[in-house]
Amino acid sequence: MASVSVPAEGARPRGLLRRPTATTGVWSWITTVDHKRIGLLYGATALLFFLIGGTEALFIRLQLAEPNGQVLSADTYNQFFTMHGLTMIFFVVMPLSAAFFNYLIPLMIGARDVAFPRLNAFSYWAFLAGGLFLYSSFFLGGAPNNGWFSYQPLAETSAGNGANFYAAGLIITGLASTVSAVNLAVTIINMRAPGMTLFRMPVFIWMGLTVQLLLAFSLPIITVALFEMLFDKRFGTHFFDPKTGGDPVLWQHLFWLFGHPEVYVLILPAMGIVSEVLPVFARKPLFGYQFVVFAGIAIGFIGFGVWVHHMFAVGLGPVANTAFAVSTMIIAVPTGIKIFNWMGTLWRGDLRFTTAMMFAIGFVGLFVIGGLSGVTHAVVPSDFQQTDTYYIVAHFHYVLFAGAIFGLFAGLYYWWPKAFGRRLSEGWGKAHFWLMFVGANLTFGPMHMLGLQGMPRRIYTYPARLGLGFWNLVATIGAFTIALSVLVFLANVIVTSRKAAQHEADPWDGRTLEWTTSSPPPPYNFEEIPAVHSLDDHWHRKYAEGKGGTLVPVPAGGADHHAEAQSGGHGIHLPGPSYYPIVASIGLPIIGYGVVYPKLWWLAIAGAVVLLVGLYGWALEPSAE
Amino acid sequence: MAQAVHEAHGADHETSTGLPNVKLGMWLFLASECLLFGALISTYVLYRGSIGEGVHPIDVFDIAYTSISSFVLLASSLTMVLALSAIQRGDQVRLRLWLMTTAMLGMVFVGGQVYEFTSFIREGMTIKTNVTSGAFYTLTGFHGAHVTVGILMLLSLVVLSGLGRLGQERSQVVELVGLYWHFVDIVWIVIFTVVYLIPAGTAR
Repeated sequence: MASVSVPAEGARPRGLLRRPTATTGVWSWITTVDHKRIGLLYGATALLFFLIGGTEALFIRLQLAEPNGQVLSADTYNQFFTMHGLTMIFFVVMPLSAAFFNYLIPLMIGARDVAFPRLNAFSYWAFLAGGLFLYSSFFLGGAPNNGWFSYQPLAETSAGNGANFYAAGLIITGLASTVSAVNLAVTIINMRAPGMTLFRMPVFIWMGLTVQLLLAFSLPIITVALFEMLFDKRFGTHFFDPKTGGDPVLWQHLFWLFGHPEVYVLILPAMGIVSEVLPVFARKPLFGYQFVVFAGIAIGFIGFGVWVHHMFAVGLGPVANTAFAVSTMIIAVPTGIKIFNWMGTLWRGDLRFTTAMMFAIGFVGLFVIGGLSGVTHAVVPSDFQQTDTYYIVAHFHYVLFAGAIFGLFAGLYYWWPKAFGRRLSEGWGKAHFWLMFVGANLTFGPMHMLGLQGMPRRIYTYPARLGLGFWNLVATIGAFTIALSVLVFLANVIVTSRKAAQHEADPWDGRTLEWTTSSPPPPYNFEEIPAVHSLDDHWHRKYAEGKGGTLVPVPAGGADHHAEAQSGGHGIHLPGPSYYPIVASIGLPIIGYGVVYPKLWWLAIAGAVVLLVGLYGWALEPSAE
Repeated sequence: MAQAVHEAHGADHETSTGLPNVKLGMWLFLASECLLFGALISTYVLYRGSIGEGVHPIDVFDIAYTSISSFVLLASSLTMVLALSAIQRGDQVRLRLWLMTTAMLGMVFVGGQVYEFTSFIREGMTIKTNVTSGAFYTLTGFHGAHVTVGILMLLSLVVLSGLGRLGQERSQVVELVGLYWHFVDIVWIVIFTVVYLIPAGTAR
């Protein structure tokens, strides 16, 4: 199974455009439908946005470094903290996770591509279009400046077009993510190699499936909220306008009903990565595989039932607050299960402290800090004191930066040799890790103190007499330490790319299927679709258990199982590249501009035409020429 | 299909649902759409009744009229099934006939909605009038847009069949469009009930 080639139908009429044929150069990337290339595009774009969002953070920290900061004006500050949040969530952590999912899901389940390769390309281009659309607002009269949560009616009554760009931009990226979620979920459910039963899937794939379902069921909710906000602004409806009977709390419900599952969308991929990295470098199977899997699924389910803990201070009443306090405490249980399983995995393992391993261990340690401060939010009276203070900022940066970003960096160091045929330098890598580890704690640790001292979030300056200057300065120094660590990472990438490629198929003595094929993998991934006989199948092909539980290498096959490229993949049908995904996705921001600017309404029609041309060309595209 | 990890070695376990990818994808997409309409319907339920000044939906509803157009839309599910049955038998003429009928019924429904909207606006209820009218137009408008997309797909299928590019072996395409069409119909049953049939509460 798992051959995704469209059945050849030779004599079918041509589509609008010839099917593209380039295999190298810019056009090959623009028209690619190869999941690995799309994964790399996602990754490169996310890292670029990471630099932009990080720069915004540095400006924020410069402004707050001392009392009465003069670096940014209040309005610029508001734009920067809003775009920092939006960028890091929607254009860094989500697409970087999508990069790993795209690249690895087919490789780890033994498939040749995702279920819908052109749809996959469309997801990427629509995501990019949404990001550029949102960022264009900086040059068109000001970016969104009401926070990533965009509370109403503040956001929809604020002057300028920022809120319109926010709503339209997030609808576009939401569409991209929904499409991608359906695509990847179908891939995992339907396209596993023979023998790869659900409970032989790597944990990363399980987390992938959970994340896709979370996205598919939470994004439509915020889409509705965004449309209602857009209608309020553009068509004069009153959804969130309290003056005429509208209810601003509806926005908060819809937003957080999406927003909390979104939190798990951001963290579960990193948890999946860590669950792959720790066993490999501890040379032990993951402790309690089923527990980790079920804990992930439980987090996914319960994640839909805790959103009101973002709204304890709204005044929904003691019954609602108590119920959601309890559900929030319950969701800490599966998270704790995972932490203990990771520790069990390390226990008496044969640890190898590679950079990937250090980032994974760093993730576990720092995520616990973020998780514990999270539990303090579940206690309603305590949360009342913490709401809208820097304590909250400290909490979610510990889980999203020290958590998600550390996990994603572990993944980058771990799978880099698979994608590029070279290991990133360990020396630079360790410098990167330690700088980032110190920087993260230096930046976000003091924010706990600041929050408990009463420093509110979202303020652009504070007077000297409050005595908040010291810890703010420490946090700013920490932020620049993080920036330095990112520069070290970039230097590492450059240094590594100048070295000769080693093309090791299995550099880390891995356990999962992606290490059976060459590095980088051929376009068709596997010469022959592997047959899977157990969890960690690749490991069991390499090692058998000897007396007393010692590992005995299996003589034949094993690690150099990758010697695959002999026939060069002749006879393997792969989906052809296509122009239409990018054509269709270009229509979306054009519609967006038409919606944002009433005088340019005709752009909406023009964009819809482009979208339709793309979709019809797509539907009628012959499978091969 | 979730076998235990410890089960006997061997590569013969189910690793697929057996459903074609496109069909599974369509089901997942429709599941996602349920949440879209769920959020829209929730908003309407929150704002139904007579909130704010001016003309409200309950003042202008013509339930008999909307019942008839609802019946027309529901009837189109039958013709959709007949179209699928026709292509599975390889009967291209009846395929086009039933696809066309389905599209026509859909157009009658959307046309009815356009007429309904314009008459409401004449009676003084626009999308801006109050929070309830805004929620009404948004919910029913989203549904109307979904029906319109469905009509476009149906007409495209008619053209494809006319060009001879929708042979019996591609009956799955018709089935997928059918799944979408039935979904849009079923959602309308909920919307019609919630918006028109359940008596709205008094003013808040």
